[in-house]
Amino acid sequence: MEKVTTDSIKFCVENIIASAPTEDTKYINDKLSILRRNNISIPIVYLGITSSSIVAGALEVRDAIDEYIAEADIDIELIEVGSVGLCSIEPIMDVQLPGKCRVSFQQVTPELVQQILDGVLNNFLPPDNILAQYRNPIHQPWANVPFFDELSFFSSQHRHLLANCGFINTLSILDAFAFGRYKTYANVLRTHTHEEVCKIIESSGLRGRGGGGFPTGKKWRTTLEAAANQKYLICNADESDPGAFMDRMLIESDPHLIIEGVAIAAYAVGASIAYIYTRNRYQFTVQRLEEAISQAYEAGLLGYNILDSGYSLDLSVKKGPGAYVCGEETALIQSLEGKRGMPTLKPPFPATKGLHGKPTVVNNIETLANVPLIVANGADWYNTIGTDKSKGTKLFSVSGKVNQVCFIEVPMGTSIAKVVELAGGVQPGRTLKAVQIGGPSGGAVTPQELNTAIDFEPLKQIGVSMGSGGITVFDDTVCIVDMVKYFMQFIQNESCGKCIPCREGSQRMCAILDNITKRPSNNDQHSTLERFKGVIQLESLAEVMRDTSLCGLGQTAPNPVLSALKKFRDEFEEHTFDRKCKANVCHNLRTYYIDVEKCTGCAACAKKCPTYAIIGTPRTPYFVIEEKCIGCGICEEVCKFSAVFFK
Amino acid sequence: MQLLEKYSHTSRDSLIPILQDVHDELGYLSEESLSAIGKHLNVPTSKIYGLATFYNQFRFQPKGKHHIQVCHGSSCHLMGAVTLLETIEKILKIKPGQTSRDGKFSLEVVSCVGACAQSPVISVNGKAYGKLTIERLEHIVEELSSTELT
Repeated sequence: MEKVTTDSIKFCVENIIASAPTEDTKYINDKLSILRRNNISIPIVYLGITSSSIVAGALEVRDAIDEYIAEADIDIELIEVGSVGLCSIEPIMDVQLPGKCRVSFQQVTPELVQQILDGVLNNFLPPDNILAQYRNPIHQPWANVPFFDELSFFSSQHRHLLANCGFINTLSILDAFAFGRYKTYANVLRTHTHEEVCKIIESSGLRGRGGGGFPTGKKWRTTLEAAANQKYLICNADESDPGAFMDRMLIESDPHLIIEGVAIAAYAVGASIAYIYTRNRYQFTVQRLEEAISQAYEAGLLGYNILDSGYSLDLSVKKGPGAYVCGEETALIQSLEGKRGMPTLKPPFPATKGLHGKPTVVNNIETLANVPLIVANGADWYNTIGTDKSKGTKLFSVSGKVNQVCFIEVPMGTSIAKVVELAGGVQPGRTLKAVQIGGPSGGAVTPQELNTAIDFEPLKQIGVSMGSGGITVFDDTVCIVDMVKYFMQFIQNESCGKCIPCREGSQRMCAILDNITKRPSNNDQHSTLERFKGVIQLESLAEVMRDTSLCGLGQTAPNPVLSALKKFRDEFEEHTFDRKCKANVCHNLRTYYIDVEKCTGCAACAKKCPTYAIIGTPRTPYFVIEEKCIGCGICEEVCKFSAVFFK
Repeated sequence: MQLLEKYSHTSRDSLIPILQDVHDELGYLSEESLSAIGKHLNVPTSKIYGLATFYNQFRFQPKGKHHIQVCHGSSCHLMGAVTLLETIEKILKIKPGQTSRDGKFSLEVVSCVGACAQSPVISVNGKAYGKLTIERLEHIVEELSSTELT
């Protein structure tokens, strides 16, 4: 196996990356074949390690594999890879024997490691836990094991950004070289002017993936044409939508794609300093990224006079201390300058006056990940993917009440139903209630609207914004009012407090939503009227917030409320008037009952009830007075005979 | 405050990295450290405090021996993170951002940790526990509280 040494990196840079093909192609092809692990001499074990699989226990599995390797009498290599996208069945371990196809196992536990490895090394596949195998024409396939491209999860995606995710060694830049990374970058440095790169991106029609959908080429052009002695490029990787995790997975699975994208973009706009802004708390992501950057420096692909082109670029990771509003570009710049992350008025746009007053391009990480692919394959190729107005693919992370929590890549214009289907749909016996797109700035989509194409404009028509790509699926056990309240609380916490509509508006909205999910102490007609008025005010409040807030956070914050009010009005009414939560999520609206069959009359609940709503005589079944019950649930907790239930 | 020597060139840009380093070192931002940073950078302490309170990362109370982080992403919320949080609050008698009196536990609510497949998730001193139920949570907390303070 090729070790990462200064020589091997130098060889790659000189022969694979930097120069045109030489006569000695056979030698290089042989070398590539080794690097791509087509030709291996010892068995290799691959383990997907990402911040998601670590929670699933991947580190324990790694220890078990290490132990196995130490005890085995043959040489085995362990390689850390990223994630293929199937998060629910992690940890995923692959095994590749010389001459055989690489085969994947799902839901591996430390106990299973020995069993699986013992089996595979003796050419026998343990029947359980097999996921699939990788197709490779020069390898002999395993019998009765599906290929990855035969699984519908993979065959119905368009994996361009994710092509190498979960496949390549994330810790080695040699792998990145072998699978085509940095080739485009070197080519750009050698043959393209800044102007030409901008032009390619402009004609590709790439739109910002952070949620705004602003044409990337236009932004770049403005910065390129601005006169300044210093320009900056910032890659926004501060993924902070709750429920969105695909950007982190992309960094952890293919960090060099990001670095290449950032480097090409920085070259295109003429920036000599670039930052990747991510979050301090995403320690594993930061660690992977920093490792990859130091490798790129070592290979001479970053730093002073890159590949003798005369172009210099400094790239570093900035660890944001965590604020949702820093996803807004002006707030992000403020945060980089060591201030509170508060948005500023636009114009001036950062493209002309950004970090330290210099022209600055702020792009989402997914946007930049698209760049190397577009430049390599041309704008025409990119134009064949996606819809008329939005080109290319989009990453989504699908979570919530689905069978398969995953992150996927589909062309723009794919229907929402398809995305839900890729995630395996809702659990058996449950029905789909809504799909939340775009996290706290997006909105809910009803089952009737599932055929809507995922694209900026069609989504807008049904009152939803694309956001960054986090999709949360709700089934019938989810209360929409509760979810809206959750998103509103999130916004209230994250509102920077600079402009009044957002600061006060989010607080008022939270209070109103709180009011309709809470049981009042006096249930008279006046308070019912007040609650009703609250729901009406929600709408006008939301409109004011949308129209008058300073930045995107405040303007999109009422979206979940507005879309839910429109589409799930009956549920709001049920909460307001009937004081019932159908999904039984809103604790305060529950009324408890005692099962006469199970109650032994121990009086434990009656003693604990804060409103003395439970009455009865000892050793005979007790009874709850509905009007007095406040739904606190203490009786359910203290009952040893599970006689207390709620409706 | 030897940490500050690393940042000999004083500028506002390095304020957040300094705060992060101090936070990593102490586990929280103490009053003394804030005023020391202020003196070093020649920035009013009030400004630094204002900045530090703005961001989610910084705490102003020492971390407990077991630092519990509860994920409150949308997926974890759906799967019952609120109930988990209430349970922890009830058992440990502390609120998010606080540290228990004996210094054993501290509690923090964090936004999505990115492990939605395993939700609801909590992590204790960086070790994550996924797919939690209340019973398992109670068990974990019980186990932690029975370990001796060293």
